[in-house]
Amino acid sequence: MRLTVPLSAGIAVILVAYACGGGPPPPPPPPPVNQDSIDAERARRDSIARERAREDSLRRAREAADAAARDSIARVRRETERVRGMLETMINFEYDQSQVRQQDASVLDQKLGILRANPGLRIQITGHADERGSDEYNLALGNRRALAARQYLIDRGISGDRISTNSLGEERPLDPRSNEEAWARNRRDEFSITAGGDVLRAPSGM
Amino acid sequence: MMRLLGTIVGLLAFAATAAVGQDTTVVEQGVRVGITYTPGVRPGLLVLGGERVTVLDSVRAMVARDLEYSDEFEIIALPMGDSMSLRIAREPGDGESAPYVNYPLYAALGADYAVDVYPDAVDGTPTVSMFNVGASARQREIRVDVTSPGDPEFRLAVHRAADELVRSVTGQLGVAASRLLFVNRGRVYRVDSDGAEVRPISEEGVQAMSPSWAPDGRRMIYMEFPSSLYEHVIATGRRTLVPVTSEAQNFTPVYAPDGETIAFSRATNEGTDVYTYNLAAQCCLQRLTVGRLYDNLSPTFSPDGRRIAFISNRPGLTQVYVMGADGTGQELFAPFEWGVTGSSNAPEWSPDGRYITFHREVERSPQIFVMDVATQTVRQLTSAGRNYDPTWAPDNRHVAFVSERTGSRQVWIIDIETGRVRQLTRLGEARLPSWSPRITAPIN
Repeated sequence: MRLTVPLSAGIAVILVAYACGGGPPPPPPPPPVNQDSIDAERARRDSIARERAREDSLRRAREAADAAARDSIARVRRETERVRGMLETMINFEYDQSQVRQQDASVLDQKLGILRANPGLRIQITGHADERGSDEYNLALGNRRALAARQYLIDRGISGDRISTNSLGEERPLDPRSNEEAWARNRRDEFSITAGGDVLRAPSGM
Repeated sequence: MMRLLGTIVGLLAFAATAAVGQDTTVVEQGVRVGITYTPGVRPGLLVLGGERVTVLDSVRAMVARDLEYSDEFEIIALPMGDSMSLRIAREPGDGESAPYVNYPLYAALGADYAVDVYPDAVDGTPTVSMFNVGASARQREIRVDVTSPGDPEFRLAVHRAADELVRSVTGQLGVAASRLLFVNRGRVYRVDSDGAEVRPISEEGVQAMSPSWAPDGRRMIYMEFPSSLYEHVIATGRRTLVPVTSEAQNFTPVYAPDGETIAFSRATNEGTDVYTYNLAAQCCLQRLTVGRLYDNLSPTFSPDGRRIAFISNRPGLTQVYVMGADGTGQELFAPFEWGVTGSSNAPEWSPDGRYITFHREVERSPQIFVMDVATQTVRQLTSAGRNYDPTWAPDNRHVAFVSERTGSRQVWIIDIETGRVRQLTRLGEARLPSWSPRITAPIN
């Protein structure tokens, strides 16, 4: 019943246009006001808006949660990277010596704290030598340098099971030049993580 | 004849005396007046000219070089034209006196010996003869048993002939028919004793260190960086992990004279120590040293297999020690002055057991030393540049070592009796040499 009025009006418009021989059609008469349909339409729109608002709010909440999580992961990552950086700080040695130097004790103490704060962490210490001296002896010297750092940590309570060692002798120089500065850089222990390094906690106060 | 005599007088004017015991970087080309052979004075040797045929020219050039490198002779160098005019006449129709060997002329040139290279009269095989000028007699004739320069065994065959020529004069075989291993940019190479035939041996892409020959000259043992030892058969290229070296860090492997046992260094949480292992029986890993606070490494067997020299830093700096092959009786071997003598490394026992060569820091620069085992006295052989990682030739007279005297690491050879040196390798770098035993049969 509600459809018949506009439909018959439309037919009338077409007939008039035809009768006038192609002239511009007169504007269609406004549809008759039907309060029921207006109410229904408004109700429908309101409902959609409410639904959208609810979805928006949910989405915003979800995004906020995600962002918070991301921030938190980023924080953990940053923390882990910072700790890893401290852990990987090298120590250096005097020519043909394997004793830990006084000035390197604080570097090793930092590693000590990290190993204590992260009980699942295992590391490898790799000793290196400069190019002087016998190629073969330098393998033993590198091993001795790695053992010196390992022993420092063991003496302060870290289990030896958590620290493996090896030596690369003079075969992997950091600085390929042949001068005092390069040699000093190349006489070193490197520290790397072998297990338990995905998430690292900084020791308190670091 | 006048022209030749003029040349001879000119050459004699430049006569050089042999340097004794000094490391000279220039191979002397001097000419001496003829002197009969006495110990310490090298007899003059003339390599005669002859037919210019490819194979004969190759043999002549190689033999001349091998005899020069033997350091047993004073090679008499003549201008090419004069050398050619000294060829021995052996044309048909020369009659009963052919071949005519002009001993008086060679003697006038200062030669105690003359070497001739020629085709055998019957089958044309390249043949070499050593003539004793003083005795006016042929000392030795040797046929080169590989006749084609393209044959992979040709060079070794010529080297063996040259070694026999040396023996005909000195009683000791030369060492031309031997090879050296060395490491170039992480790869083991081999090279003939005259510097020819440089060939890679170990695989590409793995870093090798410390190659060392088996006594049979057919195998080597080396370390694959950073930790395991491999035995490698030269002819087939087959390499096998030494089973006990898949754990810990193992390096500086050497064979015992029996070719079955090996000794090596092993780095652990207790430091570095010397171990032995029976490779043939795959058993009996034995730890010979217990360092704990100091390191023991770089073992080398005495030729009777009963003792092992090694280095230890128990006196502070590394010095050369010796022990029984079972680890008993460890004691200081090469004397040193505490607080004065620099560290000593890389010892190798000579094949005759009489000497140990090693390198020792002198004013922070490593130099090659030789210790007389019987008297335990040491002698410094080198002084030019940094020189290290020495290895004995099978004649107990030559030592190959790494030298940086030209700016890069290269293998050089020194004659410990005259101090003459020559450069063996000319590559990007060459280090950790090991000199083979004499190669008596084809190995590849």
